[in-house]
Amino acid sequence: MANAKDALLDPLFNNNPIALQILGICSALAVTNKMSTALTMSVAVILVTGLSNASVSAIRNHIPNSVRIIVQMTIIATLVIIVDQMLKAYAYEMSKQLSVYVGLIITNCIVMGRTEAYAMKNPVYESLLDGIGNGLGYSLILLIVAFIRELFGSGSIFGLTILNPANNDGWYVTNGLMLLAPSAFFLIGFIIWGLRTWKPELQE
Amino acid sequence: MAHYFTIFFDSVFVDNIALTFFLGMCTFIAVSKKVDTAIMLGIAVVAVNFITVPVNNILYNVLLKEGALSWAGYPELDLSFLGLITYIGVIAAIVQILEMFLDKYFPALYNALGIFLPLITVNCAIMGASLFMVERDYNFAESTVYGIGVGLGFAIAIALLAGIREKLVYSDMPKALRGVGATFIVVGLMAMSFQAFSGLQF
Repeated sequence: MANAKDALLDPLFNNNPIALQILGICSALAVTNKMSTALTMSVAVILVTGLSNASVSAIRNHIPNSVRIIVQMTIIATLVIIVDQMLKAYAYEMSKQLSVYVGLIITNCIVMGRTEAYAMKNPVYESLLDGIGNGLGYSLILLIVAFIRELFGSGSIFGLTILNPANNDGWYVTNGLMLLAPSAFFLIGFIIWGLRTWKPELQE
Repeated sequence: MAHYFTIFFDSVFVDNIALTFFLGMCTFIAVSKKVDTAIMLGIAVVAVNFITVPVNNILYNVLLKEGALSWAGYPELDLSFLGLITYIGVIAAIVQILEMFLDKYFPALYNALGIFLPLITVNCAIMGASLFMVERDYNFAESTVYGIGVGLGFAIAIALLAGIREKLVYSDMPKALRGVGATFIVVGLMAMSFQAFSGLQF
């Protein structure tokens, strides 16, 4: 049981995929200017990492070693297509906002990295938890960045106004930089700095 | 002509794929410690994008787009949901072929680029370029120009970052900030400077 707990919780802080393994940053930054897009993206990635880890692990003894990458890629691509089609069917507006980034979950290194490094060697249940755990680790960073960017960039959380912006007769002058690309890089940089100050054993 | 130039210029500077769309970040951060290797990776990205984007454009227009199969007698068929799996398959196959081709005919280039080619299959900058091509509905000529532009933009950005990181080694930073943390902040500053291009009009 301790093993299962480790598989789920280790990727949150001790081995966070974004902050420490430096995987999957691409999509992580682009969808973080709003909480709602970040949350949708998080759910999509958790689903894909969890299910792809479980399915690869289920057939791991039948995959010939020389074609394993292409088998994993096909499984991942299929799952991503399912997620993408679901979004288009039930949340069309959201899928327009996420644009190409849902499709890019295929090339998100977290998914491929976990199936290759963990699911190929471990049983189904642990692999599922490891996948979900890594998805959660990714979501954690994503939501922290999105929280800061939306709060200071547009004065709201999930579209609800928290700090009344000045262009709406309020008092808060929104920080336009937070809505632009560079702020995401700064925030991730600061998060990594903070995490490594808190846990010095993670330093390079 | 001006139209193609705009696409090219936009994809290299204004909409730089690494600094504005955050694509290809994993390799962008991981392979930017030395200028030489960064430039090599940049060349590989240009080469692969130059081939994959137009090829995916043909596939999309001839097979996948809604109504594209009318030449085969299926005018109502819409296969665009198969796009994602097709593009990644095409990219993986082309990278593999390029690797074998270089190995046979240009061994020197293969030895220099060899380790980067497999990495490129899962580089979001390649997949992203194909997806943006579909989203913006480029035709064949436009997508060729776009492919080269995206690759070149990535190459310039990663070469610049590697140049900065080589100097950054000598600076006295807090221990926890060294390495990746500082790199992200540098990339942020670079992204800010690239935003200056967005005012340019042609």
